[in-house]
Amino acid sequence: MRDKAGPHDRVWEVFRQEAEGDPMIHGGSVKAPDEELATHYAREFYGRRQESQRLWIVPRDAITELDDPDLLKPPFDRSFKRPGGFLIKHKLEAARERAGSPQVDEVAE
Amino acid sequence: MDDAARADTFYAHVSGGGKVEPDDWMPDDYRAAVLKFVEMHANSELMGVLPEREWILRAPTLRRKLALTSKVQDEVGHAQLLYRVAEDLGKSREQMLQDLIAGKTKFHNVFHYPTRSWADVGIIAWLVDAAAIVSQQALRDSSYAPYARTMKKICWEESVHIMHGRDVVLTLMNGTDAQRASVQDALDRWWGPLMQMHGPPTNPETDRDLIWKIKAKGNEQLRQEFLSIYVPRIRELGLVIPDPALAYDDEAGRWAYTEPDWDELRSVVTGHGPKSQERLEFRRDARATTQWVRDAIIGPVGTAAA
Repeated sequence: MRDKAGPHDRVWEVFRQEAEGDPMIHGGSVKAPDEELATHYAREFYGRRQESQRLWIVPRDAITELDDPDLLKPPFDRSFKRPGGFLIKHKLEAARERAGSPQVDEVAE
Repeated sequence: MDDAARADTFYAHVSGGGKVEPDDWMPDDYRAAVLKFVEMHANSELMGVLPEREWILRAPTLRRKLALTSKVQDEVGHAQLLYRVAEDLGKSREQMLQDLIAGKTKFHNVFHYPTRSWADVGIIAWLVDAAAIVSQQALRDSSYAPYARTMKKICWEESVHIMHGRDVVLTLMNGTDAQRASVQDALDRWWGPLMQMHGPPTNPETDRDLIWKIKAKGNEQLRQEFLSIYVPRIRELGLVIPDPALAYDDEAGRWAYTEPDWDELRSVVTGHGPKSQERLEFRRDARATTQWVRDAIIGPVGTAAA
């Protein structure tokens, strides 16, 4: 990612975990010349109300970003990759009828 | 695609509710408008602690002193978060702070006034923060996504300040006649600036901040929302709002009030308020006396940006 800051003034992205086992969620960023000071800033801005279980402090220029919609949201039908892409209701009813089984509601898969 | 066509596509995106990230292409007009908006907000958080800071040493109990110190620390933290958002738009923090203390950029009108009594601390934390949170909640929907995300965190902390302020006011209102009178006196002095705080109504057809969804609600809408929530909460305590024209108009579905003094607002935010110069001077002094710390950590400014 682009970072206009010089080597003595890096941008660090801060990720937070709210409770044990939760995913790390992006909180914001801090600017600091080194890891130690970045850690202090991150603690002050994202952890001083006991609202964080864990912080990740990552130099922004270490992050590789992919946001190309051609790769992430290709305009092809990808419904076969999702459970909702398979519409079985009527097929199941027909199959049960042929087998002579009763029609029952199922718990969703 | 040329820049004009790109800009058209961009503006259609934000006007339709789309979000913008720092590394996305954006037209210069939009970048400048977001920067100006966020910078003014950051300045306000930084200058906003000065009226309250004056009361830390005079707080009536240890718990109040801790709560007020913590609020001041929060607001400075908000300034840090917002300057960080603004920096990514291309202006350095150093430049923003220099422009602030040189009087080139603005901060909110309410921070240009004196805090005369402990009741002022309560009224500021309750009502100034409440008026601010009404607009800050709307900013959680800003088209500039890093700003919107930061506002979510800030709103959460501001809600603590409002409870602290309301608690201070309620304690005084349950106290002696002199304490009750001090709250009324504070309300009398703060009501004018509070009514000016959201700014004069703007035309939604031409207000670019609104069209580009940098902010999600207009000035008048914010003021109306503030009045709807807080007028009943003020009046139920037996306090009198110093505006005889203030009343809810059922037919129009809105609050009627005496026209706020927009000349006072313009004069105050351009550095002519009762405390404008004194507070800027305080910031200038603080910057000068802490320069050695920044020099030690990041090197003399100017050499760091290699």
